[in-house]
Amino acid sequence: MIDLDDLDRAILRALSAEGTLSAGELGRRLGLSQPAAWRRVRRLTEAGVLKGLAVEVDREKLGFGVTVFLGVKLATKGRVSLEDFERAVQAIPEVQVVQHVLGLFDYRLRVVARDIADFERVLRRRIMTLPGVGNVEANVLLTEERRPGPLG
Amino acid sequence: MQIDDTDRRILRHWLAEPGLERAVLAERAGVTGATLWRRLDRLREGGVIRAEGAVIDWRALGYAVEVSLRFTLDKTEPRAFDEFIQAAREVPEVIGIETFLGRVDVRLNVIARDMGHWTGIYRDRILTLPHIAEVEALMLVATIKETGGLPL
Repeated sequence: MIDLDDLDRAILRALSAEGTLSAGELGRRLGLSQPAAWRRVRRLTEAGVLKGLAVEVDREKLGFGVTVFLGVKLATKGRVSLEDFERAVQAIPEVQVVQHVLGLFDYRLRVVARDIADFERVLRRRIMTLPGVGNVEANVLLTEERRPGPLG
Repeated sequence: MQIDDTDRRILRHWLAEPGLERAVLAERAGVTGATLWRRLDRLREGGVIRAEGAVIDWRALGYAVEVSLRFTLDKTEPRAFDEFIQAAREVPEVIGIETFLGRVDVRLNVIARDMGHWTGIYRDRILTLPHIAEVEALMLVATIKETGGLPL
């Protein structure tokens, strides 16, 4: 596991807000030379701490007004393998996130849709027909906020 | 702002693979490099692209535990949402805050180094948050799919 110092944490904070910052700009902000900033970013990338970019879009402006989180309980864990469910659910284009979890549900899904009617179509035709699917609970996303995490 | 088929094509490929080199992205979207730059600038200015942040792999930093905590809040208290969210922002291990319409009011995404660390955070920082009526935990086993891609 990689050890971080205060400068590494400052780099991670800056890049998680603006992932496209050049090493030169990053260095200027943190009082580092361009090569020093570049070496630190490369070290964090090689350690797997920085794993690419997440593009945040205004989904509503693109016509996707509804995001729903689904908790899914499998009905027939004995007969249908988890792999069957996972393979089928991953192929649904409206499903952005699939997480295998322990607790009240077996899986958490993040689903995008144009509106509530479109969501109902996805739910009925794509989700409820998945192999092994049992109980499904839906919660409509109102707001979301990414936090910097323990980089204090 | 107006979004046309070219914008949608660019975003479809880019959101599915934000790490794509610009030249490859232009080729996949069937546009020249200059058009791609112009279009992305326009989408940024129009607020369609909000942010491009680096993704941090918390596991690589030694945070092996990730828990999705689902809360229902005491709605007899009119300031319950605001006060709960305000207090949750003060917990460094909270990496995401979402609000919902449904059975769940708020979800917190919380990371910890191990189960011992998790137990401490849960007892000392989470259960002490204001206006909790009910809390349920889903422990992340594996992320099967994670994309910001939209079926544009």
